[in-house]
Amino acid sequence: MATLLGFERQVAIRFLREGRMQSVLIIVGVAAGVAVVTYITALIGGLQRNTLEETLGAQAHLTLYAPDDVVRPAAPRVDGTTTLAATQARAQRLQSIANWGPLMDAVQAWPGVAAVSPMVTGAALAQRGEASRAIALAGVDLDRYDRIVQLRSKVVAGTARLAPGDAILGQELASDLGVQVGDRIAVSTGPVTDTVLVTALVDLGIRDLNRRTVLVPLRAAQSLLGLPGGATRLDVTVDDVWQAQAIAQSLRARHPVKVESWQEANAQLVSALNAQSVSTGVIRAVVLVVVVLGIASVLVVSVVQKQREIGILRAMGATRGQVLRVFLLQGAIVGAVGSALGVLLAAVLVWAFTAFVRGSDGAPLFPITLEPALLLQAAALATVCGVLAAIAPARRAAALDPAQAIRL
Amino acid sequence: MTGTAPAAPAPLVELADVHKRYNVGRPNEAEVLRGIDLAVGPGEFLALIGPSGSGKSTLLNILGLLEPLTSGRYRLQGEDVSTLDDAALTLRRRATLGFVFQFHHLLPAFTAEENVTLPALLRDGRVGAADRARARELLAAVGLAQAMHKRPGELSGGMQQRVAIARALVHDPPLVLADEPTGNLDRASSDEAFALLRRMHDERRTSFVVVTHDPRLAARCDRVVELVDGRVVRDEAGSGPAG
Repeated sequence: MATLLGFERQVAIRFLREGRMQSVLIIVGVAAGVAVVTYITALIGGLQRNTLEETLGAQAHLTLYAPDDVVRPAAPRVDGTTTLAATQARAQRLQSIANWGPLMDAVQAWPGVAAVSPMVTGAALAQRGEASRAIALAGVDLDRYDRIVQLRSKVVAGTARLAPGDAILGQELASDLGVQVGDRIAVSTGPVTDTVLVTALVDLGIRDLNRRTVLVPLRAAQSLLGLPGGATRLDVTVDDVWQAQAIAQSLRARHPVKVESWQEANAQLVSALNAQSVSTGVIRAVVLVVVVLGIASVLVVSVVQKQREIGILRAMGATRGQVLRVFLLQGAIVGAVGSALGVLLAAVLVWAFTAFVRGSDGAPLFPITLEPALLLQAAALATVCGVLAAIAPARRAAALDPAQAIRL
Repeated sequence: MTGTAPAAPAPLVELADVHKRYNVGRPNEAEVLRGIDLAVGPGEFLALIGPSGSGKSTLLNILGLLEPLTSGRYRLQGEDVSTLDDAALTLRRRATLGFVFQFHHLLPAFTAEENVTLPALLRDGRVGAADRARARELLAAVGLAQAMHKRPGELSGGMQQRVAIARALVHDPPLVLADEPTGNLDRASSDEAFALLRRMHDERRTSFVVVTHDPRLAARCDRVVELVDGRVVRDEAGSGPAG
């Protein structure tokens, strides 16, 4: 029984071994290309994941607000008339989302939504003794809010607990006010002042947030901010962060609320991430083109060098298809071996980055992982590139006239 | 009682009015073969001689299905092969023909034994134990039992030509075509290689068509065909191996 590609495999391997230096150089070239592509993909992926985690770790994927107050014209414009008016935008007062309870239930049931949490937030002043700081006062339901920002995992001192009269502070604010867990501070919103017990300090990952955040129970904030029974926003977490924009649009179409996605709230960051992704894509494409050209040039030279051998094989009864496959297989072998070495090299580069590139605190800058799927993808891509690169030389070899090739 | 004479064996090769032109329709058009009629019977040992440019190599290429003829007819083992496409010609070459070239033309990356088992590798995609045994037997028959695992680069010219002869015969083709098989060898090696061809022919009764410049060697063939300017000008019996 004939062995599949037995002839082609043996001849391809022998041809590659015969031109040893050429083969080694191009395999090293492919390995370098695959290593660059894999390493850059893993590096940028890790960087973007880390940036997103840090950004979204302290904020909701979607936030629903009451619609802005707008100035409405006193009377509709009459056709054929011109109205000259100077309209000043209305100052936005603190207002609750209408019927936020049923709305929360509706959003919770929305496809792709993982968690919803109500919040009452407004400006206030925190005081302890002589020290006072302007703060962002937020009233939350701790269990629900924990599902939005994983608050409990950010506790650096104390225990996250929000019973009536309790408060959780950002760690920088606690430091500014000189308070520790168990101390009391006064929170004032002007007409109303309340004293709260600090139960925990949290690190929200952003210094500015740590410097002004005070979390209190929902009811306490409603009372302090003069919005009894109200909620100024609903924070939403979605299953896939990249679907946030689409979910925001569908919510906007269905409910009379203002919806802001994390992408809209962080437009510059999203632009930076997109630019980074495009740049990485361009680098990968250029490297792959170089790899393809490298393999193709080596195989073109190989076809010229081996014209006589190809002629002998054709005279002995090798079909054009067999000759074609000998060279396609050489491309595939170069791609596969090069990609295997390249993946190993990428693993070394990732290890070196993690081991030697450290932040000012001595910890790795961000975690980079080489996903098996990425490695398989890179290896498959390089092998396919090898075959593609071999097409032109292989066709040239297969088209050689055996009588002429033997005479050379 | 009446008897009938035994029928003459059908020719292995039959060429009828074969013409070969290159660069047809161009200013440099050249007719290399001008109406060749030739029949080669099974078991013949035929020398093809003639001056340079007489069309010997072109005729050999046509016999070897390596080049198409411009007009005329070529029957190989009774089948008209003039109109076959490239794929069919390739398979016909693989099954029916063996080649020995002037410059040995072994694959340098393969050992002597691997070169001889190439036809099996081409045919089956693998080399079986029987193929290997056959290759060794032939290499031993051509005096290379000790050099089976050497690469062509490690062998002398004469040894390489013996490997090429073993390779041409390993799949028992009915016809072996040899293009100046001794042209690149010194006199001693040349005599040795030619004697080997003769011995292989005598043992197997394979048909041989040998292109040679050497009248001394041509005379030792069973039949000598001389080409001049693309025409057969002489076709007569040689003196055979004793000559």
